[in-house]
Amino acid sequence: MAADKFPIEAGHVMMFARSIGDANDIYYDEDYAKGTEPGGIIAPPTFVQASAQFDPNYFLRPKIGEEWFGSAKEATGITKREGSGGGGGGGGGLHAEQHYVYHRQVQVGDVLTATTKPGKSWEKEGRRGGKLMFSESVTEYRDQSGELVVTATSVGVRTEKPATSA
Amino acid sequence: MALKASDIKVGDTYEEEVCNNLSRTQIVQYAGTSGDYNPLHSDEIFTTQIAGYPSVFAHGMLSMGMTGKMLTNYVGDGRLKSYGVRFTAQVFPGATLTAKATVTEIREEDGVTIADISVSTTDEAGTEVIKGQASAVID
Repeated sequence: MAADKFPIEAGHVMMFARSIGDANDIYYDEDYAKGTEPGGIIAPPTFVQASAQFDPNYFLRPKIGEEWFGSAKEATGITKREGSGGGGGGGGGLHAEQHYVYHRQVQVGDVLTATTKPGKSWEKEGRRGGKLMFSESVTEYRDQSGELVVTATSVGVRTEKPATSA
Repeated sequence: MALKASDIKVGDTYEEEVCNNLSRTQIVQYAGTSGDYNPLHSDEIFTTQIAGYPSVFAHGMLSMGMTGKMLTNYVGDGRLKSYGVRFTAQVFPGATLTAKATVTEIREEDGVTIADISVSTTDEAGTEVIKGQASAVID
């Protein structure tokens, strides 16, 4: 995930909170939020994942004028792409782990930057055979004054066959 | 309201049902807000015919987000210092998930009191779908 400008907007926080089924007023109501300890609308703990919206190259979003690998007339628009490395899944990859360290809370009005570096990578034999290939990516979210706000570590796994155990 | 050190002890648990009969539409809603439009989460045709899964399934991050709701309800808003999970099983439409926190340690760090918490979310069959840990500043 890389974004030069990830503005934390009240409408986006509201919609994100709805999508995770969280009715906490601190994500919706500025007047209520003013009277709480954080003193304003904050973002839910996993909200920084939505920086994907502000990553111009995020590969799991259809791009204007480009083919999309999901179904249309046929079951897929194009041949599956290789992943972008790290978590988030897609194109044969799945999200295995996600870790956040909060240096301070993300608040509406912040404008964050996101920079991602690859971390460790390792391999493991799957329970039902087939190799599992893990790779880590570390994203630093910094605020308008360069202070670190959230460190996010994502682990992606690529499998030789679909990973479903159900 | 944040947790008070005087009110909790190691081994205390707190749990919430964080979704009931998860709908495909909620998964689509999460795709829209997070920006992760991977067809594996909303496109049944692609997912079954091309990717080879039995059905679309929820973003791991949706399960983590719903589990996070239980955590912030427990520890209070703006109190988390860390939150991390492993996605241990896929979550399919129709899932009912229960997220549980267990206090594993209460400690002092840099003059503040921190509660370490283990996190486990299970589906209606008892399968653990998320296993993780968090730490929060408590009063």
